[in-house]
Amino acid sequence: MRDYALTTKKLSKQYRLGLIGTGSLGDDLKRAWAKIRGKEDPFKLIGDSNDRTSKGNSNYVWALKDINLEVFKGEVLGIIGKNGAGKSTLLKILSRITSPSYGEVSYEGRIGSLLEVGTGFHPELTGRENIFLNGAILGMSKREVSEKLNEIIEFAGIQKYINTPVKRYSSGMIVRLGFAVAAHLEPEILIVDEVLAVGDIEFQKKCLGKMKDISRGDGRTILFVSHNLGAISTLCDRVAYLKDGELVCVGETQKVISQYLESESSRGEMYFDVDKSKIASIASIRTLNNQNCCVCDFDVSEGIDIEVEYEVQEDVRGIVLALILENDAGPLFYTFNNEAEAPIFNHQAGRYRSCYKVPKLLLKPGKYYLTLNLGMPGELLEGLSNIISFDVLEGSVDPTNLGWRRDRPGTIIHQGVWKNGRI
Amino acid sequence: MSLSRTSTVIKPNKGLLDYKINELWRYRDLLILFIKRDILTVYKQTILGPLWYIIQPALTTLMFTFVFGKMANISTDGLPHVLFYLLGITFWSYFADCLNKTSNTFVLNQAIFGKVYFPRAIVPASTVISALAKLLVQLLLFLGVWAYYLNEGVINPNWQIIFLTPLVILFFGGISLGFGMLFSSLTTKYKDLSFLLAFGVQLWMYVSPVIYPMSSIPNKYLLLIKWNPIAPLLEVLRYGFLGRGTFDLSMFAYSGFFSFLILALGYCVFTKVEQNFMDTV
Repeated sequence: MRDYALTTKKLSKQYRLGLIGTGSLGDDLKRAWAKIRGKEDPFKLIGDSNDRTSKGNSNYVWALKDINLEVFKGEVLGIIGKNGAGKSTLLKILSRITSPSYGEVSYEGRIGSLLEVGTGFHPELTGRENIFLNGAILGMSKREVSEKLNEIIEFAGIQKYINTPVKRYSSGMIVRLGFAVAAHLEPEILIVDEVLAVGDIEFQKKCLGKMKDISRGDGRTILFVSHNLGAISTLCDRVAYLKDGELVCVGETQKVISQYLESESSRGEMYFDVDKSKIASIASIRTLNNQNCCVCDFDVSEGIDIEVEYEVQEDVRGIVLALILENDAGPLFYTFNNEAEAPIFNHQAGRYRSCYKVPKLLLKPGKYYLTLNLGMPGELLEGLSNIISFDVLEGSVDPTNLGWRRDRPGTIIHQGVWKNGRI
Repeated sequence: MSLSRTSTVIKPNKGLLDYKINELWRYRDLLILFIKRDILTVYKQTILGPLWYIIQPALTTLMFTFVFGKMANISTDGLPHVLFYLLGITFWSYFADCLNKTSNTFVLNQAIFGKVYFPRAIVPASTVISALAKLLVQLLLFLGVWAYYLNEGVINPNWQIIFLTPLVILFFGGISLGFGMLFSSLTTKYKDLSFLLAFGVQLWMYVSPVIYPMSSIPNKYLLLIKWNPIAPLLEVLRYGFLGRGTFDLSMFAYSGFFSFLILALGYCVFTKVEQNFMDTV
């Protein structure tokens, strides 16, 4: 049997909803009283699961409930789940930023967490001074940092600026420097939370590569949280799927990702309560076939219309809707509704409909998921990941000898034209 | 490189007796770096730089000499006004600065505490230690003025008492760190306390013998002032450097004991609160 790097036993975290005031003092006293009499915590038994769409009866909510997780030494474990599923809470407990309400975690060695890179950088200090400071914050001794100083500087690629105060750095350089320090921390267990969302592509590749080196080469354990299913599926050996604070399943990467996508996205159509407090919010999304019927199974030879309705509350400039089409392997494409023939740049208050047409014979047979983002320049108003799914079926087309058959390589159907002849 | 293979267990609500002193020791490099950072970055991009350390007490002393000495005619035990106020201000401002800065440790460092774990007590401890740099510079100013008056023959120091100064500074630091940690812990949940502290420190100065000597306090109030652990410390300094004032060993010991007690209590509460403060702050 393999060794465990980290195990959690019935790990739970309870949060109190609403404001902290006199009520919380009252509950604190009740707890203390129960403890004095040697009874169990009176609030341990109550509390709703963390499903935010329905209003619970209790003031307490379980951000995590009874998580039993075993992480093997040397593996990369991905953690997936929608926003609010408890991923961040789990990471916060593991990296000791907050403590659990019940249950326990045990692990061997050091945990290094990369919840954010460049934590504690002081703008007035130079790059070199900040490497030492940041390293110490992450738990390295001065000697350890000195030994790796050159490696860190080289990895970050900022040799020229090393004696310049960090406030003169570009944001990309700060991220690179931050990751470089953290990547050289060499803890037994490394926790990574979506830091890869920043930085340029070249650097992202470097980070992913470094993470692979860390786990495969040195036998270290990595917990990786990301919404990027592509990164999860290429990096992780196993995946844990969290939903509403509970662990749904842990297992082989592809299987869990499929289960996640299947259960988290609905089929054909989805309606939302419009949030009037936001400048704009999404009201509905539907997938329609050629006959304008709302369906979730399409023929390869059929175009797909993705229709989104959103409501704008006030006159505003620059609202953009973005659509991401994904399959199990990761995102296929990303598109904005201001790329339309007649884009709307100035919205007046009211309801809008945008429709994106996926041409026929583009998507290979398989399962697809849509992610919707509604935003303004510099601000994401609403992000709905993998909100809706649909299937493309081989259907009426005879698939014999076609390159785009499900079992053949390639991600999409390409309709380039062959020309053949004897020469 | 080999890492220590220690097993760790994270559990809810550790008892009050879990002091984590070992861990503090492991993070000593961080403490040193924080101290360095605090000292180096304060006056970056200022023209006068560390000269500000001297300008602050010098101007305050002049103001006090004018307002309390000349206008209000408050007794200074027959000592030169400038010297009397400068001594009080130098040490009182060390104490007040430390207390003010450490008392909102959690709120100020929310961003970094929310991202990475290290023993949180490192932050207030580094504040109190790095403030020593400022105290040292100001002490030099005081010693200069003091040497001038010494040369004039106006004062008769008690030399052996002067050697107690490091101990006095230690007690000042202990009391401010203890109170600071206690307040910063309590303010994470009940923010009212930060308002209380802001003017509380100001009021505290008036019940401490900073602008007046102990000897000028009417007997019926003396008992009240005596409970103030800061009072004996200021009096010891005055007795040593200026040769006037009261030196009462039992009172001095009381200050030392108080400093130890409040530091222990502050640290206990602080380590208790640091586990979950992110949920309430």
